[in-house]
Amino acid sequence: MTIDMSQFYQVFFDESDELLAEAERLLLELDIENPASEDLNAIFRAAHSIKGGAATFGMNDMTEITHVLENLLDRIRKNEMALTAEHVDVFLAAKDILKMQLDGHRHGAAVDLDAVSDIKMTLQNLAQQGGGQAHLPPVSQPVSEVVQPVAVEKQPSAHPAGKGYLIQLPELPEKDVVALTAELELLGIVEKKPLKDGKHILSLVTDESLDNIVAICSFVLDPDDLIITEQAAGPVAAGASAVEASSTAMDSGKSFLLEISDLSDKDMQTLVSELELLGKVQQQPVSGNKQSLLLATEDSKENILAVSSFVVDVDKLTVTQQVHAVAAASPVSVSTFDEGDFGLFDSIPAPVATPQISQHETKAVEDNNAAVPVENKRVAPRREADKAVASQETTSIRVGIEKVDQLINLVGELVITQAMIEQRTSTLDPMLHERLLNSVGQLTRNTRDLQEAVMSIRMMPMDYVFSRFPRMVRDLAGKLGKKVEFVTNGAATELDKGLIERIVDPLTHLVRNSVDHGIESPEIRSAAGKNPVGRLSLSAGHQGGNIIIEVSDDGAGLNRERILNKAKSSGLNVSDNMPDADVWQLIFAPGFSTAEKVTDVSGRGVGMDVVKRNITAMGGVVDIRSAFGYGTTISISLPLTLAILDGMSVRVGDEVYILPLSFVMESLQPAADDVKDVTGQGRLVKVREDYLPLIPLYQMFNIEPLYREPEKGILVVLQVDGKKAALFVDELVGQQQVVVKNLESNYRKVAGISGATILGDGGVSLILDVANLLRSSRQLITEPSIH
Amino acid sequence: MLEPVSNRSESQSQQSSQGGAQLEGSEFLAFTLGNEEYGIDILKVQEIRGYESVTRIVNAPEFIKGVINLRGIIVPIVDMRIRFNLGTPTYDQFTVVIILNINSRVTGIVVDSVSDVTTLSADQIKAAPEMGSVLSTDYLIGLGTLDDRMLILIDIDKLMTSSEMGLLDAITVNG
Repeated sequence: MTIDMSQFYQVFFDESDELLAEAERLLLELDIENPASEDLNAIFRAAHSIKGGAATFGMNDMTEITHVLENLLDRIRKNEMALTAEHVDVFLAAKDILKMQLDGHRHGAAVDLDAVSDIKMTLQNLAQQGGGQAHLPPVSQPVSEVVQPVAVEKQPSAHPAGKGYLIQLPELPEKDVVALTAELELLGIVEKKPLKDGKHILSLVTDESLDNIVAICSFVLDPDDLIITEQAAGPVAAGASAVEASSTAMDSGKSFLLEISDLSDKDMQTLVSELELLGKVQQQPVSGNKQSLLLATEDSKENILAVSSFVVDVDKLTVTQQVHAVAAASPVSVSTFDEGDFGLFDSIPAPVATPQISQHETKAVEDNNAAVPVENKRVAPRREADKAVASQETTSIRVGIEKVDQLINLVGELVITQAMIEQRTSTLDPMLHERLLNSVGQLTRNTRDLQEAVMSIRMMPMDYVFSRFPRMVRDLAGKLGKKVEFVTNGAATELDKGLIERIVDPLTHLVRNSVDHGIESPEIRSAAGKNPVGRLSLSAGHQGGNIIIEVSDDGAGLNRERILNKAKSSGLNVSDNMPDADVWQLIFAPGFSTAEKVTDVSGRGVGMDVVKRNITAMGGVVDIRSAFGYGTTISISLPLTLAILDGMSVRVGDEVYILPLSFVMESLQPAADDVKDVTGQGRLVKVREDYLPLIPLYQMFNIEPLYREPEKGILVVLQVDGKKAALFVDELVGQQQVVVKNLESNYRKVAGISGATILGDGGVSLILDVANLLRSSRQLITEPSIH
Repeated sequence: MLEPVSNRSESQSQQSSQGGAQLEGSEFLAFTLGNEEYGIDILKVQEIRGYESVTRIVNAPEFIKGVINLRGIIVPIVDMRIRFNLGTPTYDQFTVVIILNINSRVTGIVVDSVSDVTTLSADQIKAAPEMGSVLSTDYLIGLGTLDDRMLILIDIDKLMTSSEMGLLDAITVNG
């Protein structure tokens, strides 16, 4: 029976997307000097999961990259290699490549194969350099002085004879060994050492890469059977291996090496947890189909076998006691090993010890001797953290958005039905129907809770948006030679999914602008007496029924003069004594940019108007606060959700319309004197000191109204984009939250209407598109035919 | 957006007439407008309900009565009697709304009454003659004859997505 894998593809794609995003976030947060082990582990797990998934679906290109990435990460997280800024850069680049490959598989998007092989090369180089370039811990300990020369020696260029490799061969006929030795001699100097049971160890000093060695060996044998250990230079390796052993061998008791073949991951976990009852367990990387565990315990070998036999066949398991006695893993004792004990094959039973250390691991330890003394102290807490994180279960499920929307619709229906029941029972005699009325009251409460809970499903934390900026800011700042500290606040603030997705582009633009134009270069900042590192903060928070998102920088601030000059030169209607707030709004005019030169980041003058338009389309408002020389804050105020809005219902004739409350300033009944006819301009109404255009809704919508004289009806003062107008309606009906329904899903867009909603009585009411209404009223007035 | 929709509806209607030929009969919902009896493909009908008050849509053509709330969905209602100048548009408890579901867009049409569902085989469906009537033959599948009855079979897909109905956005934009 074959299983159709394609049904799982989507899950894999989604998951990988999330994992990549998560990895990126963690990478950016990493403190390079002192990386948190949980973070490193999380990044490693992400790479590992993607690798697993990619391999399952046969996406070999992704598997290859994740594999190298994973190896590097594994060494870093095990402290076998120090993390450098270079690593982070490469990992980020690798993440981008993986994303590209993922998109390639998903949408058939183009994949830049050059970039892919580049990154693979870079990663492999890094892996081979090992800790060579890695920064060393502060040279305060005597040990590092001893070791430092060794670390330097490891750089291939620094060693004329190239690198040393130990190649452990499996049981082979003598003639194969000879043939292989001959082959390898073409690469460099080979030394052959026979071991027990027909195995051999070759030590090779060569300039060739590991890959080449493996390639040559694979002519003669299966590379999987081969264990190659890279050494810095011949003898030094031994000390390092001893270090490896000593760092894994625990402080008390004996240590055993368990080798298990053909064990599933699940069984392995069971085994590990069983063995943990006896002592400390360390899992060694898999080599071939063999897995090995290092167990430090007081117990006897028999006990270990007994415990293990619950999980594995005893004949698939070999338990070897580690002979060498370097138990106390103090920095001092390690350092003595570094200096003195080169006898690798003496201190550890060779056939056992070498296989347990897979090639990259030993290599890493050797390359990075310098870090070892410090690491030993960290080993224990790190492992605990490892377990803690591993035990965390995922607590979310993936559900299609249409299912959620359907749920919201159904609940909306329920709320209306409940309102109907409430309305109908309200006329009943409370004495006679007490129990019914109580139940109805309970239904009301439950329904409200249910609605709230369901609406919250659509809510997503702002983190979804914020998380993509650290990377962008980092890259941008690097490109522009600026130093920017990026801070986010209120990432947990929740916003409707629909809005979240639409806020990304405007925010990206604003952040970009802040880095490019807002924050000055370090020199200018220093000269101005500011911290050379600029500060860019992104914050979100609730304010009433709105969410306020602010992009704030401590950069140069907006230049009033320049904006005004620019506005004048582009023919905008400005005056020199405009209030600041109005001046700042000018930057939202189409084609407006005050950047002195156009960079490839921003400054072409497209964008701010788009930002403004997008946010207005979401029912939001953009506000700018700026002080020249001190920075700029751009504040976006958005409704919490698109699905619900606070509305004011107004009646004209026998029709009821909903006005979004966010546009309503006030409502009033004008005196007859305050309404002026202006020839060709319609009517104006005087509200306090302002003259506002009067928009009679009945005229716009061809309704037979109750009143035609504004002084008999009600004027609702509306404000859009700083422009005010008075909408003339018959009466106000009330104020309520309404669930916004799309009119276009079954009909089409209607001018002046932004949507529809269902009223408590089950009827439909249309929601007015205030911006559109104000615009078309102006047309109405300027059209000479309508007077 | 318009092109694929209309193409699809064409191909679907071809399929449905061919399908009728092969399956020896497809089912039609018969309804009356004025004195004439019409039929539409039963598979396009979601439900039949009584006429209830609608919310008028501003600046919509006269035959679009407005929108109703159909279990949380906003559904536009078209009065076919006004659209085709047939019968008198009276609204009482016998006025019927047929809710259609065409390409997952839901629309209601007001008709005078619904009679029954009839099965018509391919040989009962005759090509519609060019009549110059209000209903262009483009929107007809043909004429169905059943005993002494004659059903005008409407290609409801094509009709509802046509620009004349003004139910879709793209059309209004194009004028």
